[in-house]
Amino acid sequence: MIPERKFLISPGPHLWKGLSVSKIMYRVVIALMFPTGAAIYFFGYRALSVIGVSVAAAVVTEYVCKRLRNRAFVMDGSAVVTGILLGLVLPPTIPLWMVAVGSIFAIGIVKEAFGGLGHNIFNPALGGRAFMTACFSVPMTTWIKPMGFAADAVTSATPLSGSSVWQPGDPSVYQALFLGNTAGSLGETSALFIIIGGIFLVARGVINWRIPVIYIGMVALMAVALGQDPLFYILAGGLMLGAFFMATDYVTSPLTNKGKIIFSLALGVLTVMIRHFGGMPEGVCFSILFMNALTPAIDRYTKTRPYGLQRVKRVKSEG
Amino acid sequence: MKNLGIRLKKKGTPYGVKVPESKLTAKNQIEQAPLPEKVIIPLHQNIGAPCEAVVKRGDKVLTGQKIGDSDKFVNAPVHATISGEISGTTMMVNPPTAQLVEALVVTSDGADEWVKLEPPKNPEALSVKEILDRIRGAGLVGLGGAAFPTHVKLSPPKDVRIDTVILNGCECEPYITSDHRVMLEYGEKVLSGLSIIKKVLSPDSIYIAIEDNKEDAIDHMEELIVAMGLKEDFKIIPLKSKYPMGAEKILTQMILGREVPIGGLPLHVGVVVHNVSTAKAIHDAVVEGKPFIERVVTITGAVKNPKNLLVRFGTPLRSLIDYCGGIDGKANEVILGGPMMGFSQFDLDFPVMKGTNGVIVKESTPIREQDCISCGKCIEVCPMYLMPTLLARYAKAGRYDECQEAYIDDCFECGACAYVCPANIPLVQYIKVAKRELIKRAAKK
Repeated sequence: MIPERKFLISPGPHLWKGLSVSKIMYRVVIALMFPTGAAIYFFGYRALSVIGVSVAAAVVTEYVCKRLRNRAFVMDGSAVVTGILLGLVLPPTIPLWMVAVGSIFAIGIVKEAFGGLGHNIFNPALGGRAFMTACFSVPMTTWIKPMGFAADAVTSATPLSGSSVWQPGDPSVYQALFLGNTAGSLGETSALFIIIGGIFLVARGVINWRIPVIYIGMVALMAVALGQDPLFYILAGGLMLGAFFMATDYVTSPLTNKGKIIFSLALGVLTVMIRHFGGMPEGVCFSILFMNALTPAIDRYTKTRPYGLQRVKRVKSEG
Repeated sequence: MKNLGIRLKKKGTPYGVKVPESKLTAKNQIEQAPLPEKVIIPLHQNIGAPCEAVVKRGDKVLTGQKIGDSDKFVNAPVHATISGEISGTTMMVNPPTAQLVEALVVTSDGADEWVKLEPPKNPEALSVKEILDRIRGAGLVGLGGAAFPTHVKLSPPKDVRIDTVILNGCECEPYITSDHRVMLEYGEKVLSGLSIIKKVLSPDSIYIAIEDNKEDAIDHMEELIVAMGLKEDFKIIPLKSKYPMGAEKILTQMILGREVPIGGLPLHVGVVVHNVSTAKAIHDAVVEGKPFIERVVTITGAVKNPKNLLVRFGTPLRSLIDYCGGIDGKANEVILGGPMMGFSQFDLDFPVMKGTNGVIVKESTPIREQDCISCGKCIEVCPMYLMPTLLARYAKAGRYDECQEAYIDDCFECGACAYVCPANIPLVQYIKVAKRELIKRAAKK
């Protein structure tokens, strides 16, 4: 006999894939461990402390905001992702209090003030970085050579700034850019480790390959069109990190594949325009922020065509 | 497997979802379920008009005797499924429509005495009209889930010519194995039923669609087609297993490349899709003269011994679950049909109906809905190329007009979107609410 018990009633489907928001976020965190590891290898304690402060400030800010807004705080990992990403796009020598301010701005203003995860218009980490660039312009553009865990830092220009000395076609330059042995933001120097993390995300079904591939491809094409070295253009600066980890942010990128393609093509054009014609050496951050703002418009004009919309020809009756 | 010339190239779709199959009973032979002491026969088990009772309380009835009928065309009569006495009437909620329906209760006399069956002397010689009359008289409905009266589906409007018939053996819902076992154990009857469909509709081509997780069924049907000399008539199309491959509109598109217009039926593009179990039932009704009183039901999930049972309609779920060893562990949900599109049921005295292909017992925990993170996964999987997240957003805000503009009518509620949603948003459930509201509004006008 079946013992008496209460049964649940729920509407179908009665199965769930089980890939939750927090699982996705922690997969991103795992993928970010590759560029983070590279950052620590090249910049030592500074990398650890910048990223650590950024993550801690992000999580605490999220907790405080949720309490202020009277919402449940869920440790869904999204604040951790924002914290790591912000840390990775900062210079190694940035004072830690500035990191904390940037991180608080990223979560408190860019994300929570708009309604929290899912409602933000801009990528929080990039919003935080843009804010810091405006407020702390000198420390935000002071770069050092990778020195591992050694104590003394030597300032240096990034490969993208005009003053840097690099020879087009010199294989050692590409090698340094690919492996990460060059001046730059903490996490953007090693293309190799970013690509490994990115491939992990694509393989685990977290991100759609279209955005990074089309974005990077478009930058290379534009570089060729402008008579620049495409390999240098895609390896130097924050393009790899931006393409794999920032432009692919679900909330701030278009919904449909059609929209994603338009979004990433435009990103490629904008990035090269800013780098080539603009006053700033790097254009990834601002092109992504600009396209974030355009995402709702792209979504509006790239809706899917539903099945059966075009009336197919009816089969004619015989006789 | 040697090529016998009737198996076409395998097809697949990038849409839909891969679900864990959990076909626990794929190797279990069909068993006859014990006859219950009483059966509850709802008078409305089909899409369309309900039946009126044609017997009254206290009447003695035989197994297979008609107890409810209607003069409407879109209707299928119901029969007593055991012999005994009409002991009363009751009201119950029909889960798919959420409507209250009347049901007759038959208390068994233990004899299972049948009405006299009248098989035709020469089934080959039956006219189309005679075939349709027999199908309607037997109370046949489509067994894929929707329970649409079969004789109606076999009577297309005069201005429509059906050029293709698809026999649906996909069974893309997880857990359920009733169609699978029917193909393996009643394959001849399925093909005989399909030949009857061919006679009625005289299409140019007939395809049997089977998912590739049922390789044994594909092989078996292939051999039977050769053995029965039907090589010229039927072709088998293996399909890559994916949910909801077995939906009519998906099959029509996969096999013929034709999209059914929004709000239309496959017959609007010259196609009729029938389920394999329906074909078997057509054979029983037309060739053997048997009324439609039993079907194969998969009892599975958290029961001690999952089984494929041949069940008389009206049998309470409780007796079937008991027969399968009872509920295992802490399971707290009972689902009629597949886990993707089935309906949960709290009352174990609820009867098996014509549309019930499975009973799944499982443990469920309530989950919390989060905000949409715009990941777009629901759009990637939607087999109708809709944007479920937008539809749900409009529905939640009561913006039903916008739902309509976003082609909500195209949705057939497969639930693939809610299955993948990382934020646990009950997308298809919101869509169902909006569709119901829109129907209500249309009815008011």
